[in-house]
Amino acid sequence: MNFTLEVWRQKSRDDKGRFVTYTVHDISADASFLEMLDVLNTELVKRGEEPIAFDHDCREGICGSCGMMVNGRAHGPQRGVATCELRMRNFADGTRIVVEPFRARPFPVLKDLVVDRMAFDRVMQKGGFISVRTGGAPDANAIPVPKSVADDAFDAATCIGCGACVAACKNGSAMLFVGAKVSHLALLPQGQAERKQRVESMVAQMDAEGFGSCTNTYACEAECPKEISVSTIARLNREYILAKLS
Amino acid sequence: MELHSRIPDGPIEKKWDNHRFGMKLVNPANKRKYHIIVVGTGLAGASAAASLADLGYKVTSLCYHESPRRAHSIAAQGGINAPKNYSNDGDSVWRLFYDTVKGGDYRARESNVYRLAQVSAGIIDQCVAQGVPFAREYGGLLDNRSFGGAQVSRTFYARGQTGQQLLLGACSQLSRHIGSGNIRFFDRREMLELVVIDGKARGIVARNLVTGELERHVGNAVVLATGGYGNVFYLSTMAKASNATAIWRAHKKGALFANACFTQIHPTCIPVGGSYQSKLTLMSESLRNDGRIWVPKKQGDPGRPEDIPDGERDYYLEQLYPSFGNLVPRDVASRRAKEMCDKGFGVGPTKMAVYLDFGDAIKRNGREWIEEKYGNLFNMYHEITGEDPYNVPMRIYPAVHYTMGGLWVDYNLMSTVPGLFVLGEANFSDHGANRLGASALMQGLADGYFIIPYTIGDYLASTTFAQADTMHREFVEAENSTRQTITRLMDIQGSRTVDEFHRSLGKIMWDEVGMARNKQGLGRAIEGIRKLRDEFWQDVKVVGSTATLNSDLERAGRVADFLELGELLARDALHREESCGGHFREEYQTDDGEAMRNDKQFSYVAAWEFTGVGKEPSLSREPLSFEHVKPAQRSYK
Repeated sequence: MNFTLEVWRQKSRDDKGRFVTYTVHDISADASFLEMLDVLNTELVKRGEEPIAFDHDCREGICGSCGMMVNGRAHGPQRGVATCELRMRNFADGTRIVVEPFRARPFPVLKDLVVDRMAFDRVMQKGGFISVRTGGAPDANAIPVPKSVADDAFDAATCIGCGACVAACKNGSAMLFVGAKVSHLALLPQGQAERKQRVESMVAQMDAEGFGSCTNTYACEAECPKEISVSTIARLNREYILAKLS
Repeated sequence: MELHSRIPDGPIEKKWDNHRFGMKLVNPANKRKYHIIVVGTGLAGASAAASLADLGYKVTSLCYHESPRRAHSIAAQGGINAPKNYSNDGDSVWRLFYDTVKGGDYRARESNVYRLAQVSAGIIDQCVAQGVPFAREYGGLLDNRSFGGAQVSRTFYARGQTGQQLLLGACSQLSRHIGSGNIRFFDRREMLELVVIDGKARGIVARNLVTGELERHVGNAVVLATGGYGNVFYLSTMAKASNATAIWRAHKKGALFANACFTQIHPTCIPVGGSYQSKLTLMSESLRNDGRIWVPKKQGDPGRPEDIPDGERDYYLEQLYPSFGNLVPRDVASRRAKEMCDKGFGVGPTKMAVYLDFGDAIKRNGREWIEEKYGNLFNMYHEITGEDPYNVPMRIYPAVHYTMGGLWVDYNLMSTVPGLFVLGEANFSDHGANRLGASALMQGLADGYFIIPYTIGDYLASTTFAQADTMHREFVEAENSTRQTITRLMDIQGSRTVDEFHRSLGKIMWDEVGMARNKQGLGRAIEGIRKLRDEFWQDVKVVGSTATLNSDLERAGRVADFLELGELLARDALHREESCGGHFREEYQTDDGEAMRNDKQFSYVAAWEFTGVGKEPSLSREPLSFEHVKPAQRSYK
């Protein structure tokens, strides 16, 4: 397969950035989107040009490193996959593909398609945990957790922290990301002790980082590679109100 | 070099307790005076950093990712072992110990393995307390499943994403300490040099991957938790950035490298599709609980799998190993798959694959039941191959997955460089010649949560430290030599890309040092690697600048190290004239194709000392003695 790519190139955080057009040839339909970029990058290096910088690592959709806007969609047109899982068979041969970094104020571009998502980590550091020192934990079966509760907590906990929800949202809101963690921990009996304090500090940090507000467009859920439900946002709101009122 | 394994005296079940009691302690008020540098934030690194901070030590944590949560532990699928015996099927610390020593084909240290089995139950407690959402039964208690090499159900899991949930748990504790200022965290930093002062590990030189600056970090001890070296094969189930640079550079600074040839080839991976391929994807071993492995009895092109009747299918693992069936250990399952394909029974477009079939399980329990257990794996397979495994059997083939070898460590997890501790996959310690499924997560977390917090205290309390800061001569020299290596790489401006060299190395490794090895092939490999390494240093092309984010330069340094490590791996494989676990020498096999160990000559850990690039490394042997699990030919029949 052959493609024409319009790729965002930006030398550094302070550089203005621009689209550059490339063509790629003889790409296997089974190749992943990132493998297609690998082919292009090999050509660029051979020509003495700098390869396109993009974050990636596990290439099986779980580390959350990769992420780019492909034709205006976070992680591209397929539902429920990260960019590394996206296969070229999902594109028509000869088509033009526009590739940009995730864009949101709290995610500054470091180079080309690489953005800094440490804002997510700083939100987590404010409360995305249950404070347990190593040692002295009670037996794992001491507190039964109903299967349905454990399953719901698991579904929320599958977030890979890629930032697609923020990139997809017109407001640059991180409510799905924060809602997923708050839901995961609020659902479990182990998370009760810090329940109120957790949601308050995480939301405060989320606002301080400059993430926008949620206006219920559900774009985040549509683009989430792990298909995390917007019901976690509802739970986040409920947890926040409960914490503030009590 | 004489190796001191520092295995405590006493009966095996008392060794760890006695040792803990015998250790010197650091007074709580004094702990904050000690500074520990932890490199890597996977299961071992994150759990170590958090647990050390819990104790009150000053901790610096670094990783080359943008966030600790990206470490490749995140991709572990199947589960984590612990002898809780919640299944009431006869499990115990002794049985896990026994299974692990046997599974490792009698090439692991008994005392370490026993301790691993002992502390592993506590890991599950710890993780549940952190909010790790393990799979549960309807009554609300934890569910278990079986893994290869065991006849009990002792594996705890979180759907097919156990590594993710455990890592997020460990990282949540790391985050807690970063937030409260107890841990200083540095993202996008790659360790490029170990700094040794007065014979003790006192710091590292790391490159800031965004600005290109070289930074010096000084401390009282250095903990490496930087993972395995499977990417020396280029194609593996490892993440793209997984590399051996931290352990290799420590090796060049005096840390001995043990059992490099013990590499694990995982039987159930999605087969190689084409030359564009950048990595291989694992399909969890847990699938062998319910999937049946088979090839057609007819060679050539027997048609679509769904049209082949049961009588014309060869369920070869069930035939050969009736008592373990599809759940034989990984080395056995991998070798048998290769054998079937080499004999011409392989399936799929490349004929280098066997079927993993869920037809019977779906008939028995229904599609929903399968979805519940393996949904994400089935989706992943579908996405990658374009085939729906609910309707057609998966095609699988072995791929490099884990490295049992690594830096040599004593019972305290300290390398031959005092003050340099090595945890998780980066060390050689617990898995012998073959790791059992669901034991990597167990070992990483055991090392980080329950072993290093004790043993490092003993080291700190019993050592006097010379005054040293980042202006020390050794730091200056380490930084200069790092800079020289970088400049040298940038200045070559040859004609072949870093990736081309990496692929060439991978081909040599897979062809000659892969699932089956022999003397001639290993000789060819060593020669080939040396030649390739020379070419690399004359003809590699690295573009971009040293002062910005430069992924090409990052990879160049890693591949340069793999070109040295690959040679050691082949040398270790050549010297070990026996077959054991993941190391299969064609010259040494039984009549029915099983690995033939040579306990008289090779019941030892081979620890290699670096003597210069291209020079013969020097071998030290740590003899292994087995008092409890008597070495026998492993039988899974």
